[in-house]
Amino acid sequence: MKTKLLSNLRPLALVTALTFGTFTIASAAGADAIRPKGLAAEGTDSSITGAENAVLAQAPHVPPPITRKHATKVIVNLEVIEVTRRLADGVDYVFWTFGGNVPGSFIRIREGDNVEFHLNNHQDNKMPHNIDLHAVTGPGGGAASSFTAPGHTSQFSFKALNPGLFIYHCATAPVGMHVGNGMYGLILVEPKEGLPPVDREYYVMQGEFYTIGGYGEEGLQGFDMNKATDERPSYVVFNGAVGSLVGDKALTAKAGETIRLYVGNGGPNLTSSFHVIGEIFDTVYQEGGTTPSQHNVQTTAIPAGGAAMMEFKVEVPGTYVLVDHALFRAFNKGALGMLKVEGPQNLIVYSGKEVDAVYLGKAVEGGEAEKRVAALKAEVAQEIKSNPKIAGLTKEIQIQKGKSVYLQTCFVCHQPEGQGVPDQIPPLAKSDFLTGSDKGNIIRGVVAGRTGEITVNGKTYNGTMISMAYLTDDQIANVLTYVRNSWGNTGDAGTIQEVARIRQETPAPPAKSSFE
Amino acid sequence: MLAIRDSICLAALFACAFTTRGQADPVHSSGSSRHEPPERGTPNQGMARIPDGVYRPLFRAVTDLKEVPVKSFYLDVLPVTNGDYLEFVRANPRWQRSLVKRIFGDESYLKHWAGDLDPGTNAPANVPVTQVSWFAAKAYGQWKGKRLPTVAEWEYAASASPTRADGENDAEFKRQVLRWYSMPSPAKLSAVGLDCANLWGVRDLHGLVWEWVSDFNTAMVTGDARNDSGLDRELFCGAGAIGAKDVENFPAFMRYGFRSSLKADYCVHNLGFRCAKDL
Repeated sequence: MKTKLLSNLRPLALVTALTFGTFTIASAAGADAIRPKGLAAEGTDSSITGAENAVLAQAPHVPPPITRKHATKVIVNLEVIEVTRRLADGVDYVFWTFGGNVPGSFIRIREGDNVEFHLNNHQDNKMPHNIDLHAVTGPGGGAASSFTAPGHTSQFSFKALNPGLFIYHCATAPVGMHVGNGMYGLILVEPKEGLPPVDREYYVMQGEFYTIGGYGEEGLQGFDMNKATDERPSYVVFNGAVGSLVGDKALTAKAGETIRLYVGNGGPNLTSSFHVIGEIFDTVYQEGGTTPSQHNVQTTAIPAGGAAMMEFKVEVPGTYVLVDHALFRAFNKGALGMLKVEGPQNLIVYSGKEVDAVYLGKAVEGGEAEKRVAALKAEVAQEIKSNPKIAGLTKEIQIQKGKSVYLQTCFVCHQPEGQGVPDQIPPLAKSDFLTGSDKGNIIRGVVAGRTGEITVNGKTYNGTMISMAYLTDDQIANVLTYVRNSWGNTGDAGTIQEVARIRQETPAPPAKSSFE
Repeated sequence: MLAIRDSICLAALFACAFTTRGQADPVHSSGSSRHEPPERGTPNQGMARIPDGVYRPLFRAVTDLKEVPVKSFYLDVLPVTNGDYLEFVRANPRWQRSLVKRIFGDESYLKHWAGDLDPGTNAPANVPVTQVSWFAAKAYGQWKGKRLPTVAEWEYAASASPTRADGENDAEFKRQVLRWYSMPSPAKLSAVGLDCANLWGVRDLHGLVWEWVSDFNTAMVTGDARNDSGLDRELFCGAGAIGAKDVENFPAFMRYGFRSSLKADYCVHNLGFRCAKDL
């Protein structure tokens, strides 16, 4: 400590400091002399063991969880640098950054740690900068102690008294512009007992940009003070740029994993309605606190200058889209990200699309919708008649189409390979009933349902098959053709006309089917 | 950088002589003589006379005046260049890089120069001298029979746009100035005098380098922007509590912020100076 402090100082800085009264100095003889009054000398804080350099991570990554069980001295070196970077395709912006990126480097420490913070203002920077860490207990959160001219460095120390997820940001005047140019990041103070283990952790931070040009206007864009004071951003983005979390930069996970998102909102103005399309947050630590505040949350509000943690298990593969659910920000200003989940389908949790049909509104007799249906039907009939390809519907095509009907409707009972369920559901595969019966009898069973004893391949079944009358004539014709020509069965195709005739002869089922 | 400085000029093309970087100036010969860089070698050479005026401080103590009268003074038309500064260190060896007392200039003092008496390629003669401390700037002024301008003088002179004294009410001027403040410093600074002159004939007050003023440390801001407009400010500043007069004057905030981040021995790569003189 002594050596370190001394080496950080210019040899004559002590004299300078004396001259201008920057520090209260009792003696210039030793390093202890430059420690401001009131700061405990090293070794007197018995809770601190050892020292380490903080591991910093760039979004969307997070430093690994802290495994040590004691408080230590953590040295954080953060460099402020002003850089020109891509804000959107063809659009550049001069970002003011903590660590070279927006958002700033993720800092992870443990409750009770003593942090020795070095803020380095790169020598090529135009501006003085400082840092206000919301994790700091003390005036300005460190801002007044870290005010640093370009080409200089400041040091201050704090004890992490309160665990939680906190924002840090620059607080130099005009503060809105410093934050609006990207000067924010997250610091996690892990509680002593740690956080629940998860499979993956990610770092996402929302922020707005106020450019002179509108959204997508190409070239190097300057900061627009009027838009900023009116709170009319051109861009609302995650992690500092449009598209920073999409495509091959998307967050990734595997089905069945549990994810924790650390989400901050740098603002400077807008509150985020943070939502992941297609997921429900199992647990939200609202406002970055350490107590789970709610379970089963759809959208969580993250105020400007605030943060939240959310945990959720991803069950089903697919792409989940992160949005600010104030939707014009998502679709017109860039607030979109992606979480890609790989793994096997889970049809119980999510089936995929089951029905895709034309919906023409509720048919009222003689009403406009009914007339329109009639007109469309006539049009379709004419089209089929005049188009030999369609008119000549082959058995092979019917089998193909029938298979998809079967796999959406029939397989639940009759099983994917038509094997049925012993003693309960008669088989369709190699079924003497199916191939030996009159087609009309089979169709009637589908349209009206079937109850009572039935003998198939010498075995007697006494169950109930519900009516499938909601299937269209051609769907029934196709599925009939499929089952009569699969799994060892052979038979001729069913036709739409046959189905239509049987449907007319058969009284409607007495009650609504439970499928409707 | 280049484009920005040019666009500052463009905004006022109709009003001032106009020079483009590395290009012949198409309207230069028709420019009014008031806006030409004055000839050196005459009394108050290279200086412009700034008329009596009023400076409205961005921050002030309750006991301070809302408007500070500024008496007419002379101000250098251009920032002090490496060439000018070389003459100074030749005449005053104690201000040469290897001889300067560390207390009067930190280890960045003239760091970009090639040697004590050799500015070298990184510090062309017509480019503003930077990486000089407040002490050094003050000594240079004394050697020249001049002094550093006060905050009031500098801010008053710099508030003029090319066409009007109250540039703070000129939205386009303010926007262009703000743009310079948004950009990091270029690796190589431009030469002095290429910016168009403001209403008083002074050049490069904006868009080239920050500049020392004699009382840079009086209008202390705490560094924490939110306190500066709140009651807590006096805890840090020892001044009365009052908000900024014009919260939309971002460049003024930034200049105050920048000055407050300095100490008198600091030598910063984009911080130079110019001199003033009483009438």
